[in-house]
Amino acid sequence: MADETPKPSELLSKIDYHTPSTHWMDVPVNIRKGMYCYASNPKSVEYLGLPNARAWNPIEEDWKLPENWQQILHEGFKERLEKFRSIKVFMDICVRCGACADKCHFFIGTGDPKNMPVLRAELLRSVYRNDFTLMGKLLGRFAGARPMSLAVLKEWWYYLFQCTECRRCSLYCPYGIDTAEITMFGRELLNLLGLNIDWIATPVANCYRTGNHLGIQPHAFKDMLEFFVDDIEEITGVRVEPNFNKKGADILFITPSGDVFADPGTYTCMGYLMLFHFLKEKYGLDVTWSTYASEGGNFGSFTSHETMKRLNAKMYLEAKRLGVKWILGGECGHMWLVINQYMDTMNGPADFLEVPVNPITGTRFDNAASTKMVHLSEFTADLIKHGKLDLKPERNDNKILTFHDSCNPSRGMGMFDEPRYVIKNVANHFYDMPANTIREHTFCCGSGSGLNAGENMEERMAGGLPRANAVKYVHEKYGVNMLACVCAIDRAALPASMAYWVPGMQVTGVTELVANALVLPGEQERTTDLRGEPLPGMEEADE
Amino acid sequence: MNKFYLSSLLAVFVLALIAWVGGPSAPWLFGIVLPYLAVILFVYGVARRVMGWSRSAVPFAIPTTGGQQRSMPWIKQNKIDNPSTHLGVFIRMALEILTFRSLFRNTRMKMTHEGRFSYNLEIFLWLGAIAFHYAFLTTLVRHMRFFLEPVPLCIQAIEAVDSFFRFEISYDAIQFGLPGVYISGIVLLAAVVYLFLRRLFIAKVRYISLAQDYFPLFLIMGIAFTGILMRYFTKVDIAAIKELTMSLVTFKALSFKVPQGIGPLFYVHLAFVSTLLIYFPFSKLMHMGGVFLSPTRNLAANTREVRHVNPWNYPVKVHTYEAYENEFRDKMVEAGLPVDKMPEESAEEEKE
Ligand code: SF4
Ligand code: SF4
Repeated sequence: MADETPKPSELLSKIDYHTPSTHWMDVPVNIRKGMYCYASNPKSVEYLGLPNARAWNPIEEDWKLPENWQQILHEGFKERLEKFRSIKVFMDICVRCGACADKCHFFIGTGDPKNMPVLRAELLRSVYRNDFTLMGKLLGRFAGARPMSLAVLKEWWYYLFQCTECRRCSLYCPYGIDTAEITMFGRELLNLLGLNIDWIATPVANCYRTGNHLGIQPHAFKDMLEFFVDDIEEITGVRVEPNFNKKGADILFITPSGDVFADPGTYTCMGYLMLFHFLKEKYGLDVTWSTYASEGGNFGSFTSHETMKRLNAKMYLEAKRLGVKWILGGECGHMWLVINQYMDTMNGPADFLEVPVNPITGTRFDNAASTKMVHLSEFTADLIKHGKLDLKPERNDNKILTFHDSCNPSRGMGMFDEPRYVIKNVANHFYDMPANTIREHTFCCGSGSGLNAGENMEERMAGGLPRANAVKYVHEKYGVNMLACVCAIDRAALPASMAYWVPGMQVTGVTELVANALVLPGEQERTTDLRGEPLPGMEEADE
Repeated sequence: MNKFYLSSLLAVFVLALIAWVGGPSAPWLFGIVLPYLAVILFVYGVARRVMGWSRSAVPFAIPTTGGQQRSMPWIKQNKIDNPSTHLGVFIRMALEILTFRSLFRNTRMKMTHEGRFSYNLEIFLWLGAIAFHYAFLTTLVRHMRFFLEPVPLCIQAIEAVDSFFRFEISYDAIQFGLPGVYISGIVLLAAVVYLFLRRLFIAKVRYISLAQDYFPLFLIMGIAFTGILMRYFTKVDIAAIKELTMSLVTFKALSFKVPQGIGPLFYVHLAFVSTLLIYFPFSKLMHMGGVFLSPTRNLAANTREVRHVNPWNYPVKVHTYEAYENEFRDKMVEAGLPVDKMPEESAEEEKE
């Protein structure tokens, strides 16, 4: 964690919910260290063929914009008003009732009024009124209109990258105004001028080239998984054998590359490997990984709809090439937003695949009849329901769990009960956080939508505060010591925010818990969990 | 910020003054031309706006899912907040429009001194909004008798409406000889005053409020206030007013003859209403139509089950597997990964 990041108590005392006396249009933007991400690397922007690749620095006066940037924005805006009814309607109908105002974790964590979803949207709406409405043209500021200027642009950039596109605000809005949709649109406009952040641009370029965000090349990807194979063997005595790019496999499995790369996602990844090995041994199910489509996540979706589509295309292309029956998706948040709400529309129809059927239980996943892609938690829940997994939940007895509903599978999909069902079947101690902070009301980890960088730690910790606060509540009340989730960004982001706000809290993927409990055919007596920590009752044996 | 509501208040006062003075001296203008103009602009404006929205594409199905999805049969779906069928969407929309369901979820965030947060139900905005909208609707329906009563076809409807309102006339004992009190009028005024005070005193809401948020509130306040004045305090000549309103609907008013004896207060009332109608299509009041078209609410959350078609979907540049293998083929082969073309084949191809 960067040294300049304020201590938790300092950050808390900094939060001031009093609104300034100056009108928000007159409060100039202050791009503050710790609260923004570095600008995109021109090489990444260029690799993708996106506009205005150049080196620039957000805190410098000159952003090296194209000569006619205002015209580009205006035309981009206009074009999208016709392409997206959502934007057009959302620009027109907000009544500024304020219902969304205190729903945003960035507002709660910073007190900055421009982090109220309604004002975030007004930043764009004010320009919309000026450029596209009669009232705005006639009455100017009295109609809430203001012309575009460099200062306004900077404000857009700063606050559109202080929104994690979590959609919490949209749940409470009487008209369903979705500030996440507005942010996606706003960022798309910014990208027309080459104003991206590097934490998004470079993963996108990597993903385009190597198939995953981290730029792991095929052989290295295989090596990394084989490294886990060794670890698994050490713990269980069983050597699992993953398939790579295997033609004719039953199912293609795609998960975010973060799981391959960083703790604690790696343990979840080991979990995937063990689960598939179990299914192979017991039921002959053939699952393959792909090095080409080795990324479930889609940072393109934080860039533009087009970039989203370009990255997402690999999933179907690979499924077709390998001739699998359907696709299984791992634990990831925004990946599932893309799969659930965009993939089929963008890159479908996937008529070369079959309606997903779990060959082990016979369950037909009619809810995925068209995309042909099933979530691992749905799949696992189905297996457990039919008693197809051999489980020893007591192996997780030293873990007192709660579950973080990731924003995207929650408000962009509605997957709440499947992961909870899985957790409750593979572990014995589970406590939900308070009702207004989970399920559809869930709070973002604070680092989603590509903001999971190192240089913006203050922003991330502020945004992570409401989530951490609810975790702290169950931590103190029930002694919860482990936070489960189904999202790779969570697994990367929550450990930092937990260390900061709720020291001692660990973060785990759901499949890691499954694998801890899962009895592999022919395994030795396990003494540790996947992390190498002694199993309950094995503390002695470990010494 | 004060200038925003002061300017709106001023605008409403000026409007009242103009109508007060102008009404009696140019009754044809304020009694006939203005209301006709208002209705025409209202209809035209609303139609234009709604058509403008409908012309824009709905490229993606992006419903906000507020409950458990449909997955396996043994998991209970929340069929209203995460509707996978048209019926579900219909119920969701109906609840949204008739009961302001999303607003009902509203919570208020509070931070205690130890940095703990609570999010408790906040019902007043919902209550204020419901009271306001229903009182407005009731008042509107009630006014239909000014336009419909002699039309034979509608007599039954009027009777129904009338009897409905008789039910609202209560507390006869304490009316001091006033005519039956319409609760809707009083509630409307109270709700609109509450919505205004809320804007004024809740700091966050004051901060986001624009002049165009205050203006319609003042206008509606003015409408309710003048209405109440006319009904209970300064007696106006109802017969004359009805003659005017009837001549407006039957287009007899096109002769530009306005009945005598209509007090200035009525012209103020009418001018407020006309202004509201004219203002409506250009303002946030269009949320009334927009809520029907909001893609986060009016689409089924069955996006994995039924393919949503994007009318402007276009092909994009993708990094194909072939290009990928071409770049990494040697490394893949070395690592024992299957490839589509062995290095020799591809080398030959390159030569060709
Ligand atoms: S809840 Fe909706 S209508 Fe109310 S201020 Fe927020 S975006 Fe606007
Ligand atoms: S989408 Fe989430 S981060 Fe963005 S404004 Fe809404 S609540 Fe805040």
